[in-house]
Amino acid sequence: MADTFTRVKSIIVDRLGVDEDKVTLDATFKDDLQADSLDVVELIMELEDEFDLEISDEEAEKISTVGDVVTYIEQHQ
Amino acid sequence: MKRRVVITGLGVVTPLGNDVSTFWDNLVAGRSGISRIESFDVSSLPVQIAGQVKEFEVEKYLDPKEARRIDRFAQFAIAAATQAVEDSGLDIREDNADRVGVYIGSGIGGIHTLLENHIVLRERGPRRVSPFMIPMMIANMASGHVSILTGARGPNSASVSACATSTNAIGDAFKIIERGAADAMLAGGSEAAIVDLAIAGFANMKALSTRNDEPTRASRPFDKDRDGFVMSEGAGVMVLESLDHALARGARIYAEIIGYGMSGDAYHITATPPDGSGAYRAMRQALEDANLRPEDVDYINAHGTSTELNDKSETLAIKELFGEHAYRLAISSNKSMIGHMLGAAGGVEAIATVKTLVEGTLPPTINYETPDPECDLDYVPNQARKAQPEVAMSNSFGFGGHNAAIILKRYS
Repeated sequence: MADTFTRVKSIIVDRLGVDEDKVTLDATFKDDLQADSLDVVELIMELEDEFDLEISDEEAEKISTVGDVVTYIEQHQ
Repeated sequence: MKRRVVITGLGVVTPLGNDVSTFWDNLVAGRSGISRIESFDVSSLPVQIAGQVKEFEVEKYLDPKEARRIDRFAQFAIAAATQAVEDSGLDIREDNADRVGVYIGSGIGGIHTLLENHIVLRERGPRRVSPFMIPMMIANMASGHVSILTGARGPNSASVSACATSTNAIGDAFKIIERGAADAMLAGGSEAAIVDLAIAGFANMKALSTRNDEPTRASRPFDKDRDGFVMSEGAGVMVLESLDHALARGARIYAEIIGYGMSGDAYHITATPPDGSGAYRAMRQALEDANLRPEDVDYINAHGTSTELNDKSETLAIKELFGEHAYRLAISSNKSMIGHMLGAAGGVEAIATVKTLVEGTLPPTINYETPDPECDLDYVPNQARKAQPEVAMSNSFGFGGHNAAIILKRYS
């Protein structure tokens, strides 16, 4: 978990240009990290590449927090 | 009653410098901004030279994270617009933002982004194409970004008329202010199309100079040995403002814009009619719009591309319109030094024309060595000249047969 979170965090910081300490498991992409829908699509692409998995559009729509992403990745690796 | 429109701010990104004063000094010194392309492998291309923007510091204008989602052409526009707004001292606030507009065109748009994503599509499939590809690529995005960044909420549009793009943008913006729909407009053009695909396309049209071994001598408008234009990149944006608005806020006024004309050739996709009749109609319309006689024009910043066809037909059009006066007025082509910025050409050249009026110096046409009997006017060969034009015209003509001309006047 810790390792996945660290990797996810680093991608989020890089892509969204947010401070590292804002990227917590509870942080929501839309409100806390100020990501718009295009940012989220791009982020999911990056995560798919990084973790070598596919996140379907239906699954992607359910993602709201950083924790959701980490959990999804943990369960599908 | 028509409102008078003046120019109060200037901004450029060019192969001869990324600010107005460096650009102008190099232009007057007769330096060439053309060099061998080093940024990518050109070994298989028939044309290996261009006027590339060097040492562009995007971080002066944009957060690096933001910049990654903005194509190079729009980055140039943002840089030029930021400079122009700063230069003008125009403060875009909540209470005036609806009266400040943006009109910045591009001939080609975000071709870097398009190409990169096409490679991704072919190699990795549609799921990897960036969601930012479309907003990075579309040619109106310079106007979009500049509006977002400056807060200008007035009239907002973009022209796409090939190499006439930014003269159309400036002319259209002038008319928007003249008719009272805005008090100020950020107007001009930007281009960043120095990529292998575009070079191959233009080269196969035989439009480009192949003087690969002598880059600085390749762009030679009106010279008998010219063999095509040299592609370049950059942006030029100016702040246009109603005279009343400029006076009310105590703005420094560079020059007045007094005429705009445009026409279509109705002739051929790329060739100009040999008699230059389309260019003639655009210039004549600009004169009529300015309510001037031909002999009132002292200087023409020519389209002067360095192609066989353009320089000959532009010369003919000037002679047709100005008659005997064509031999008395001075003409020069900035493209001899900066190359052809396509959709940014008119913007950068309009700014050079403003400086020409303000500084009382005519920039030269460099590489003018062998006179062409068919181009027999005064092109200010090789050396800048001290002269004080009162009225100057700037021409731009584009593939598709788009012709545009604006007339600027010294402000006093």
